[in-house]
Amino acid sequence: MNEVDFLLWVKGPAFTVAVVIFVAGLVLRLFEILSLGRKHNFAVSKGDPMQGGLREMWRRSIPADKATFERSLFTIVAGYVFHIGLFVVIFLLAAHIALIKSVIGFGWPNLPTPVVDAFAVVTMIALIAVLVHRLRHPVKRFLSKPGDYVVWAVTFLPLLTGYMAYHHLLLSPQMMLGLHILSVELLLVLFPFTKLMHAFTLFLSRWYNGATMGMRGVKS
Amino acid sequence: MSALTLERGINAFKAQIDAPMASFFSSCVSCGMCAEACLFYTENPDPKFTPIYKLEPMRRVWEQEYTLIGKLKAKLGLSKPVTDAELAEWQELVYNNCSLCGRCSAVCPVGNDITYMIRKMREGMVASGHAPEGLIGASTRAVQIGSPMGVKLPALQAQVKHVEKHTGMEVPFDKEGAEYLLMLSSMEIMNYPEYLEAVAKILTNAGKTWTLSSECFEATNSGIQIGSSDIARELVSRVVAAAEKLKVKTVISPECGHAYTALRWEGPNLIGRPYTFAAKHIVEVLDELRVAGLLETEGFEDAKMTFHDPCQLVRRGGVVQQPRNLMNMVAKNFVEMADHGTMNWCCGAGGGVSANEDAEEVKMKAFQRKKKQLDELKVDTLVTACANCRIQLEEGLEVNQMDMPVVGLTEMIAEHLVERKDKGGAA
Repeated sequence: MNEVDFLLWVKGPAFTVAVVIFVAGLVLRLFEILSLGRKHNFAVSKGDPMQGGLREMWRRSIPADKATFERSLFTIVAGYVFHIGLFVVIFLLAAHIALIKSVIGFGWPNLPTPVVDAFAVVTMIALIAVLVHRLRHPVKRFLSKPGDYVVWAVTFLPLLTGYMAYHHLLLSPQMMLGLHILSVELLLVLFPFTKLMHAFTLFLSRWYNGATMGMRGVKS
Repeated sequence: MSALTLERGINAFKAQIDAPMASFFSSCVSCGMCAEACLFYTENPDPKFTPIYKLEPMRRVWEQEYTLIGKLKAKLGLSKPVTDAELAEWQELVYNNCSLCGRCSAVCPVGNDITYMIRKMREGMVASGHAPEGLIGASTRAVQIGSPMGVKLPALQAQVKHVEKHTGMEVPFDKEGAEYLLMLSSMEIMNYPEYLEAVAKILTNAGKTWTLSSECFEATNSGIQIGSSDIARELVSRVVAAAEKLKVKTVISPECGHAYTALRWEGPNLIGRPYTFAAKHIVEVLDELRVAGLLETEGFEDAKMTFHDPCQLVRRGGVVQQPRNLMNMVAKNFVEMADHGTMNWCCGAGGGVSANEDAEEVKMKAFQRKKKQLDELKVDTLVTACANCRIQLEEGLEVNQMDMPVVGLTEMIAEHLVERKDKGGAA
């Protein structure tokens, strides 16, 4: 397989397979969770569970409690930086939007590529920082399983290969682009079956937690 | 009762796992923020006290039983089943080092209600025979005698006589059709009889009809604390039966946090139907009387005071503003702790910790968090609305040689009560 064949393969059949596994995996995982159901609640509500649930879905993204923010300062700040960075890099790069448009039929405005490039660098630095923190922090190191490091690696690789392809580093840009796409495919395939799934389930979790608090009339 | 075994424990875990739990396990990214929110970790920083880690055996059961990947892993021998020895090891984490205070659930960035999970995990711990002796004893006494402390009706009757003699008021038993049924905690009967006197004064003065029940006076629920729905159901059923027999409108949950959770939130689900009456914490009732103009006070406390929020009442119960309204009625110099209201720190002995002899050392370590809060404030008096918090606070203050009275909110209000001339109901 030469460079061109490789690029054609990752862009063609491999991409299709990855997307299918990603979508089917998402559906399966959400079904696994939701099909467990939960018992009817007979207690009389003090507040509105719906309101509490919806509120918590976005409120948990804001570090509202100052003391909690201070106690977990690094985790929160570095977490914000790399999540925002990932969002910008994934969804606001012209090349990515063009790809998304070709798949779903519509796109949106992009940021200038050098700007996205800067975001990619900051995101990679933040990801390295959170990895070092995970390895050094007694609680994080203790809680971390192999899966947590796999998730880190498959998030980092697309950033690194994308950056290297754009800057023509190490390998030919075509070869690096092929590796970049392959790393994304790895991410997509592993996504539903690892902690990456939190990107979807956190809204569900916040909903359940918020609905309970809303029902009990707790405003946090 | 059949023998408590690992198999029964695992089955109980499986029965407890629902969609919220699966979602919570799926969402955790091991960020460790729950550790910083938990006083059993901050005051004793061993990573194994991280709240989410306390769920690890149950997480594995979930993964192995309810996810495709987990089932595959188990088939391929890549995961090991949970063992009895592991559950024995986890007893310390799930009971001694958790008061179900809910602070972890309040800070988790992905929104996991970790407290909800630990409550459920305890069901499997009981079924597998890994609940602490102290809680087993309390639950057994609660079921057999009617009180976790072994308090019987004659003890309450003696207190009632004392109150009647002291106040000249009638303390009614079994009065059908009364508006309120007053429930108590054994701790109040034995250690804080002032509480009963205070409520008697306030309700009578407000012109309300109220009663005690000779068949059921204990509101605390050891079943909730140990994590046995069977025991919890039995205990709450007694309250429901007493309330329905006397046809009361409202059952008043005492100055106790977990009694409120048991009666207000878990009770209807335990019996599988809504109540025919309302269940309210005494602080809610007092605030309603205040709003209706049936609770007037005079004079103010001069001491600098703060209010310790009982977790189950405030963070897990939504009764946040009411105690503050009441504090402001009688305290001129009322100051708040740095973390207060829904983010308050637990006293260190809720959720069954106080009834668990294995946790005696740990609960005093946990108290250091409250000590830090109090040292910052330099108050003269600590007020709270939970007898269990109160006994832990008193012990903690004494051990740490801090000279500070701990006062029940209801009693403090009663001391400032203005006698109403017209003792009829609301105008």
